[in-house]
Amino acid sequence: MNNGNAMERLYNGLIKENPTFVLMLGMCPTLAVTTSAMNGLGMGLTTMVVLALSNMIISMLRNIIPDKVRIPAFIVVIASFVTMVELLLEGFIPALYDALGLYIPLIVVNCIILGRAEAYASKNPIIPSLFDGIGMGLGFSFALTCIGAVREVLGAGEIFGVHIMPDSYVPCAIFIMAPGAFFVLAALTAVQNKVRMNGEKKGKDMSKIQSGCNEDCMNCGEKGCSRRFYGEGKEDAQK
Amino acid sequence: MIQDLLIILIGSSLVNNVVLSQFLGLCPFLGVSKKTNTAAGMGVAVIFVITLASAVAGVIYKFILEKFDVTYLQTIVFILVIAALVQFVEMFLKKFMPPLYQALGVYLPLITTNCAVLGIALTNVQKKYGILTGIVNGFATAVGFTIAIVILAGIREKIEFNDVPESFKGMPIVLVTAGLMAIAFCGFSGLL
Repeated sequence: MNNGNAMERLYNGLIKENPTFVLMLGMCPTLAVTTSAMNGLGMGLTTMVVLALSNMIISMLRNIIPDKVRIPAFIVVIASFVTMVELLLEGFIPALYDALGLYIPLIVVNCIILGRAEAYASKNPIIPSLFDGIGMGLGFSFALTCIGAVREVLGAGEIFGVHIMPDSYVPCAIFIMAPGAFFVLAALTAVQNKVRMNGEKKGKDMSKIQSGCNEDCMNCGEKGCSRRFYGEGKEDAQK
Repeated sequence: MIQDLLIILIGSSLVNNVVLSQFLGLCPFLGVSKKTNTAAGMGVAVIFVITLASAVAGVIYKFILEKFDVTYLQTIVFILVIAALVQFVEMFLKKFMPPLYQALGVYLPLITTNCAVLGIALTNVQKKYGILTGIVNGFATAVGFTIAIVILAGIREKIEFNDVPESFKGMPIVLVTAGLMAIAFCGFSGLL
């Protein structure tokens, strides 16, 4: 985990700890923007830019930021980059800006970004943090593109806007509408469950695979806040 | 005027349901919907926070950001204001209204800044709603969230007793349920 090797970081983000397929983080944008492979890729790359830059800056500032106010400080850094990226997209790629709409500013509350800042960038040097951001971002883009492609093929018979299905195929438009997102994600989590169960049978450690986002979008950095919620009354004792 | 507000009220709560068609606030929707009681509590807390947050964000946008021509700072300002607001509400309730804090307190940290709260504040700006319209929109959206989460919790309580395929146990079946609910909510689109 603490190996600072750049290639290892990229591999980790793309495969080993893929934020969508393995960790199940950042579900709100995943479902909302994957109506087509192109939108998924656009959202993924936008998030990657923000993630890499904010990881880098947070890593630079990691010894300056006091521990108590680190979450607000991280949020300010992330929000600044999101604003910059939003303005750049509006200026240079207006088509993508219109397609993603509200979900660009909402990158701020994407728990992948805060989660990586908290789990990696605030503890590691600049270069590995930068590559960690790029790796995670690539993993996220890859996952969004795949989900977008599946929905686009089923819902419109196209991929990246190119017609690929035979003419006899009647597109099932529900897959590019809101309910389709839930169904695709349900299938994905079912596959994930299956993989985890198989792995556990063989005695492998599968604790990294999460069975869905149980925590609030913002609070993923602090694991287990929903458990705090179920143990009612314990919270006061902690304070 | 009244008619416009009514249209926003129905549109934001049923037709463009915040969870089922916009995917905002998905995490508490999936995470806190195991029991109807807790789901309803979460819903009330969300109504409270979102209504308050859209009021505060609306005032700040109109009288500070617009006045000084720095509207591009909206994302940063809104998220910090919302985070501070929820902390403040939590402290205020704890000190002055213990019964209400008992009821809502546990839910507040969970919604500190979930994406729905920020999403509504930004939507209000994007659609150029005034302060009152923004508050009504926030309230309606939160009511929509409450409706959705309570229905889902009710269904999940029943699913407990069903024979679900092994690999669909847990989150997958909940997502299938949510998908079916989304289809049902599509039916509301004829209302407007």
